[in-house]
Amino acid sequence: MIGLEHYLTLAAMLFVLSIAGIVVNRRNLILLLMCIELMLLAVNFNFIAFSRYLGDETGQVFVFFILTVAAAEAAIGLAILVVLFRNRRSIAVQELNTLKG
Amino acid sequence: MNMMDYMVAAPEMVLLGLICLVLIADLFTDDEHRVRTFWISILALVAIFFVIDGTATESRTVIFSGSYVSDPLSQILKMAAVIFVGITFLYSRDYLRANEIHKGEFYLLGLIGLLGMMIMMSANSMLTVYLGLETLALSLYALVAIDRNNVTSAEAAMKYFILGAIASGCLLYGISWVYGVTGSLQFHEIAAAISTDPSLNNLPLWFGLAFLIVGIAFKFGAVPFHMWLPDVYQGARTPVTLYIASAPKLAALALFLRILVDGLGVLHDTWAAMIMVIGVLSLLVGNFAAIAQSNIKRMLGYSTIAHVGFILLAFFCGTEQGNAAALFYTLTYVVAAAGAFGMIILLSRRGYDAENLADFKGLNARSPWFALMMMFLMFSMAGVPPFVGFFGKLNVISAVIDSGYTGLAVLMVLASVVGAYYYLRVIWYMYFEEAEDQAVLQASTDTRLVLSLNSVAVLALGIVPGWLLALCIQILG
Repeated sequence: MIGLEHYLTLAAMLFVLSIAGIVVNRRNLILLLMCIELMLLAVNFNFIAFSRYLGDETGQVFVFFILTVAAAEAAIGLAILVVLFRNRRSIAVQELNTLKG
Repeated sequence: MNMMDYMVAAPEMVLLGLICLVLIADLFTDDEHRVRTFWISILALVAIFFVIDGTATESRTVIFSGSYVSDPLSQILKMAAVIFVGITFLYSRDYLRANEIHKGEFYLLGLIGLLGMMIMMSANSMLTVYLGLETLALSLYALVAIDRNNVTSAEAAMKYFILGAIASGCLLYGISWVYGVTGSLQFHEIAAAISTDPSLNNLPLWFGLAFLIVGIAFKFGAVPFHMWLPDVYQGARTPVTLYIASAPKLAALALFLRILVDGLGVLHDTWAAMIMVIGVLSLLVGNFAAIAQSNIKRMLGYSTIAHVGFILLAFFCGTEQGNAAALFYTLTYVVAAAGAFGMIILLSRRGYDAENLADFKGLNARSPWFALMMMFLMFSMAGVPPFVGFFGKLNVISAVIDSGYTGLAVLMVLASVVGAYYYLRVIWYMYFEEAEDQAVLQASTDTRLVLSLNSVAVLALGIVPGWLLALCIQILG
């Protein structure tokens, strides 16, 4: 029987995976945006599992809000990416290094 | 749901309506008359100020099924935020016009960010906090990138976006665990659930709490989650830095007060240790890293981190006195920060940003009055009496001593002494070095007037700090 702990473990694994993706990846900013989406999806997983376990719908309502905000966030992230690419002709993470100190 | 509910939330609703109005008015304005958008925005802010004042309730009023709260704390923070956003717009206008980035979007995004801040300040549930936080954060990301042809702005925006999104993710993950353990998203229900059933105070809740603190520390810019702050302060155009450095600090304070004091205040013993470590690290890293900077925006960024350390250590006490000291410190720090960035804008002109410390050399010879004003602001930030920064630091340190942490208080005093060095260096440059740049300061009369008032305010508040402190204690009492 699949119980609450299985869902929570899966969500935790997805969350750690997304953090690891952000830390390890040095080449491509698009991958970073994907990791951020994955992180929010892990949170959604948690909310739905808890919501079902508690028998309380508030958690599922929260998920709808997170999905909506994630879409807005992706739009702004991609817009900034376009601005960055127009200025630098590159989206490599390791080249984001003019600001230091 | 009745009409009274809507009346209490009138400030946010009226602001949203006015934002739509500004958006439409801006559509019908060409670049030459862009200053109209500025004046409409200022009028909108004045209107909002009076709406907040008019709908103020004496006692705590919770509406919208417990999602929204209006209390004296939210009202005072909202009024302060409206004033600082207005000041930001005024200081920025001439700079934006001279550098040909005078777009209506600056004012619009500024107002939308204000809406997000006001929602955070009135939040009574995790969902409301999250929505307010994202409304603010998304408009800040776009504001940082407002100068499309500037490489450093784009880079700063990208870094801010990625780190901000990670912070939101951590905050949400923490919220999901707190929700799972307590079964509610509303702060008073969370607090009630934990105090009625102490068995809930267990490992899963602490796990969620740790993630919440990571998220909040990110938004504050506290060490070790401070990496974005100096980069964004330096990379963004100065008006945007001014915006980020002023009002959103009040929103971060509200975030802390709402989540960790209103909601999880019963867990104070659990989170206090984490907050202390973060606060002490911020104090040390902020002050020592600021010494090494030659870019004044970056230096003020690191100094912000040090001030955040003070605010967090005031919360660490967990007493009413400590919370009131944190509120007082934040309100007065924001006055000084707005003035300091306003001064950087004043020294800039077409195609030239006065970003370096060296740009302040010989300011006394160029403009004795504004050199004096900058001296006031630097003295206040360094914590020299009788300026208001001194009383902010004094309140926090006495709250820490009253809670029995004398060693910590000594450390805070020593860190402030280190911090005084880089503020005094600016004053040294202004008075005792030859100017490299002899250009005459250009600023319109209203900017000069408000900037002077802003700087004199740190002296005036320092001479009579009693009423503001009494207000802070009354609000959080």
